[in-house]
Amino acid sequence: MIWALDFALLLFMIICATAAITVKDLLHATIVLAAYSLIMTVLWAEMNAVDVAFTEATVGAGITTVLFIAAIARTRRSSSD
Amino acid sequence: MQMSSIVKTTADVLFPFILIYGLYIILHGHLTPGGGFQGGAILASGVLLLLLAYRYSESTNIVRQVMMKTLESTGLLLFIIAALSAMVLGAGFFFNWLSPLGSIFGDSVAYGSTVANLNTGGLIPIMNIAVGIEVVGAISVILLALLSGIQEKI
Repeated sequence: MIWALDFALLLFMIICATAAITVKDLLHATIVLAAYSLIMTVLWAEMNAVDVAFTEATVGAGITTVLFIAAIARTRRSSSD
Repeated sequence: MQMSSIVKTTADVLFPFILIYGLYIILHGHLTPGGGFQGGAILASGVLLLLLAYRYSESTNIVRQVMMKTLESTGLLLFIIAALSAMVLGAGFFFNWLSPLGSIFGDSVAYGSTVANLNTGGLIPIMNIAVGIEVVGAISVILLALLSGIQEKI
């Protein structure tokens, strides 16, 4: 565990998480959520949970992003609230 | 949505390596981090790379939905057969009867800190392989169903 790396990753993760729920364009929110998932992967691997890091990288950053984009392509792109 | 030839070539080059990596994760599931679900998800993300790089009509020539449904059913069937085979032999559900036999995946694990032996584990690698086949089939079916018939503008 490196203290400074943990702090930087967690800080960037909080920024990405708040950006993902405040941004109006849903496509932008999806991409920011993928970045959040990537940082989460690095954090899991840094905490020696390689198993969870695999799952987070493939499912979180890879597959759910495409599922969200496919869902956006079938509905509206901008959020009303 | 037509991708450029850079994206297509990159997908073509990366696809076999992703497949080998996923198969490695599945086969070494009882020795190293990872296992059936993680390896299957990596294999499915390789399929996803092909689906994104090519047009849907082009990529369905390579990745057929019938093939993925067959893979899903095969994985489930293999899992159930592996679990029930112990009950046929008179032991409990998913009893690891393959482990001490010395045949396939049947070596006994050596004591102490030795080099990891792939040929151990009994039913656990077979369960990992079944779960891997199941997961790559299921996720590919979901992706094929969701990506079909999307308008090309976004």
